[in-house]
Amino acid sequence: MEQQDLIPHLFRTEFSKIAAVLCKSFGIEHIETAEDITSETFLAAFESWTYKGIPPNPAAWLYATARNKAVNHFKRERNFHDKIAGELAYTSGSFQEIDLSEQNITDSQLQMLFAICHPSIPAEAQIGLALRILCGFGIDEIADAFLTGKETINKRLFRAREKLRLEKVEIEMPSGAEIDRRLETVLTTLYLFFNEGYYSAVEDSVLRKDLCLEAMRLTHLLIENEQTNQLQVNALLALMCFQASRFEARKDEKGELILYDDQDENLWNKELIMKGSFYLHEASKGTQLSRYHLEAGIAYWYTIKADTPKKWESILMLYNQLLIQEYSPVAALNRTYALAKVKGKPAAIAEAEKLALTDNHFYFTLLGELYTDLDNQRAKEHFEKALSLAKTGTDKQTIRRKMDGL
Amino acid sequence: MDEFLLIFRHQDGGKLVSPEQMQIWMQQTMDWLGGIAAQNKLVSNGMGLSFDDSRVVRPNNIVTNGPYTETKEAIGGFVVVRAESADEAAEMAKGSPVLQGPDNSIEVRKVARH
Repeated sequence: MEQQDLIPHLFRTEFSKIAAVLCKSFGIEHIETAEDITSETFLAAFESWTYKGIPPNPAAWLYATARNKAVNHFKRERNFHDKIAGELAYTSGSFQEIDLSEQNITDSQLQMLFAICHPSIPAEAQIGLALRILCGFGIDEIADAFLTGKETINKRLFRAREKLRLEKVEIEMPSGAEIDRRLETVLTTLYLFFNEGYYSAVEDSVLRKDLCLEAMRLTHLLIENEQTNQLQVNALLALMCFQASRFEARKDEKGELILYDDQDENLWNKELIMKGSFYLHEASKGTQLSRYHLEAGIAYWYTIKADTPKKWESILMLYNQLLIQEYSPVAALNRTYALAKVKGKPAAIAEAEKLALTDNHFYFTLLGELYTDLDNQRAKEHFEKALSLAKTGTDKQTIRRKMDGL
Repeated sequence: MDEFLLIFRHQDGGKLVSPEQMQIWMQQTMDWLGGIAAQNKLVSNGMGLSFDDSRVVRPNNIVTNGPYTETKEAIGGFVVVRAESADEAAEMAKGSPVLQGPDNSIEVRKVARH
């Protein structure tokens, strides 16, 4: 790897490892100190490596530096407290040694994942903190990912850290009975995290892909651990693999969205499709049928390009089940699209008109598509309505292209 | 919006059907329920009730097998929907595959609020 590629890569992977281990060693109340020491470590690396070149084992260099900085920090704290406060803020028990062994890194990351995805913190803040501490994203990048400013992100992270402190969230694996309930929140966060990358309006496709890959990496952490290697976790990872397999085929060289029907399936990542199939198979080794199972099932059928009756009947069935479990406008719209494929456009129009999602541009886009070739004048009216509701350039472009096709 | 219980009443509910027929009914039921759920109007997909192994209990400890001894009609299941009126709920009920049985019926009852 070339030097200019190596550093950002190392920053991402090693930042998250060091930050997780330090958070774990210091305790949740010192989460910011852990982040600061990690940042300082990378700053030191940047200063030193620029002049002296990259050391033979960069990760070991970073670990040694982080360890020294942590030790120095605690010596200073201890001196301060011995002399001024007269007591130790950090008990010797909580700070013995910074253990950067592979096992402790994995354990710490997993425990931090559970701590960050605490039900007391709003989902957006959970994702923000996860991006910062578990994925090593800079504040700029997080702000870009959420299409917002640095200040908003800083405030959001600040409040989230406060909340973790107030709730005295422990950095540890929840106990047996608690784990299932907490795992639910962790999976929701990872699901939203992935979608943030997959569906976001962010122009930078490298950033979006990184978000998806990081969400997958964290989900994989759960699978590597015996306690959390549960069926619905495998289903979620299968879903992510299937979706991510189309990443390269979704945008043209100008960065414009290519719709599913127009995608070159040779660009679909076969390896990810195979991985997805593997995890879906793992997920099916029981009777549980979570929403992730259903969504992974749908995503599986989308990896088969050919339009067969079986494909659309299966997708319709899965959307039916998904909606019966939990309503969402997106699922309602997609179900209606599948219905058109199975029962024809007139039947789907009758059901679409009952959805009444009149503030949703996807709703009018769908109606436009359903009326196309049946009544092009009405199709045009629906597309125009969709256009007036669409907010992003990408969405507007997609609608215009459909109108041009009339 | 009010909640309405749709109660499926079957004639000859215990009659045996082929697995293929069962499969078709299940799919039709899912399509029907999916259509209601897509409008965010499905409160509960309720449950189907088995026609086997049932009892009717009457005063004086009289227990009989199944609901079919005196009447051939039996409740086959229920779902709960959300609707503006009983008429709207009845409109939803019209799509149920239960009504393919010529003597079957669906009773629409508003859930009383206290």
